[in-house]
Formats: sequence, structure tokens, C-alpha cells
Amino acid sequence: MAINSDQDIVAARQKGRALATELGFTTGDATLIATAISELARNIVSYARKGEIALKIIHGSSRQGILIIASDSGPGIRDIRQAMRDGFSTSGSLGLGLPGVRRLMDEFEITSEPGQGTIVTVKKWKQ
Amino acid sequence: MEVPILKQGEVLIATFQAALSDADLEHLRRGLVQQVVRFRSRGVIVDVTAMDVMDSFASRTLREIAHMIRLRGAETVIVGIQPEVAFAMVQLGLTLEGVATALDLEEGLAYLIEKFKNID
Repeated sequence: MAINSDQDIVAARQKGRALATELGFTTGDATLIATAISELARNIVSYARKGEIALKIIHGSSRQGILIIASDSGPGIRDIRQAMRDGFSTSGSLGLGLPGVRRLMDEFEITSEPGQGTIVTVKKWKQ
Repeated sequence: MEVPILKQGEVLIATFQAALSDADLEHLRRGLVQQVVRFRSRGVIVDVTAMDVMDSFASRTLREIAHMIRLRGAETVIVGIQPEVAFAMVQLGLTLEGVATALDLEEGLAYLIEKFKNID
């Protein structure tokens, strides 16, 4: 789904929670997923203005999970290592976004190219 | 989405809904501070029981509301943070440092009344 306003942030996290609940995630885990989506969508709006969030159901050997892909064609991140440190921010926000999101989820991957954009891929598995 | 603000004596009570956008939160921040001035309120309770996600923007806005209201000489207490929301906030690294919190509306009111007593 397209993310380009603060309304889209709300819509994206609601969709994420609905999907998580449908898959049988606990309320606690659904909250972690919805919060992670909120932060990822917020990064898109704050840094790239517009982008996309895709939600997918994934199947492991014995469990199901949710895959979230947040992508944008914004300015990208020059120093990913620095961006993954708690407290780092360039837009005057709290700057806890990415390391925080990594703690909320089970798997976290980021690729970014300055001038090209950023793709963050996260997964949460059902307990 | 408008957040209703109720006036109960010297206290204002704002009740958050689940799906508040950033614009709604900013609107509420302005509205609350204005009403504290208008009614010369001494306390504010922000009830977040219905909020199912507290991300970085929401918690920063709550902190700002509490700090602005303290500068006016009034007290703010946040009530009703759900356990799973508290868990997610801690994982995300969000804190509400310097902001009073209470279990629910009743405890929040009791907290404010106690505060008022100490000042009077």
C-alpha cells in the first residue's frame, strides 16, 4: 500500500494488526507488529515523503509469520551502521526508529543507496 | 478525528481513540494547552486506554503536552497505557520520562487530588 501521509501511517498499522490477528498472533505480538509498521511508515513519510509498505504471509518449516517490506525512493541512508545506533536521527525525530524496530521484530534487513532509496525488510514469526 | 476534552472541576480529561493520526495528536496538543489556559485548570488527565499503538511520535507528543502544561503550572497524568503497548514502547526504546502515569482514570484523579493538596 502507498504511504505518503500521516493518515497512511495509521491505515498501514491497522492493516498489519488485522493481518496478524487473522494469522493467530497474540495481542502482544500484534501490537509489536503494528508498532513496527507505524515506525517504518513514519520513516518513509519523514525522510522520503512517499513510499510503499507491503505485508505478506510467510511459511517457515513449522510456523507462519508476517513479512513487512517498507520501500521508498527517497534520499537513502549514507551510513547504515550509524543509522542503526540508538539515538541517531537526521530529521529531528526521536531517532530510535530502526534499532527499535529491529528489537520489535525477529528478523531485520536493510539495504539503502544514497540518492536511490531504502528498503527495510522485517519478519515476525508466530510463537 | 477530534479528541473530546471534558472539564471536571479543575481537571481536564482528554480521551484518546485508537486511530489518531499525527495531525490529530498535534491538534490535541494545541487544544489541551489552550483549554488549560482558558479554564485555569490545575490538572490534565490524558486517557490512552483505547490506544493500541504508541509509536515514537505519539510518545513524544505526550511528553510535550505534559511539559507544556507543567510550564503553565498545571500537572498532567497519563492513564491507561495497555500492558502490550507498554511492552512495545520499552522494546522500541520509548520512555515517558518526567511524565506522571497512573493505572486508570480513577487513580489518575486520585494522583492529581493528592498533588493539589500538597500545593494548597
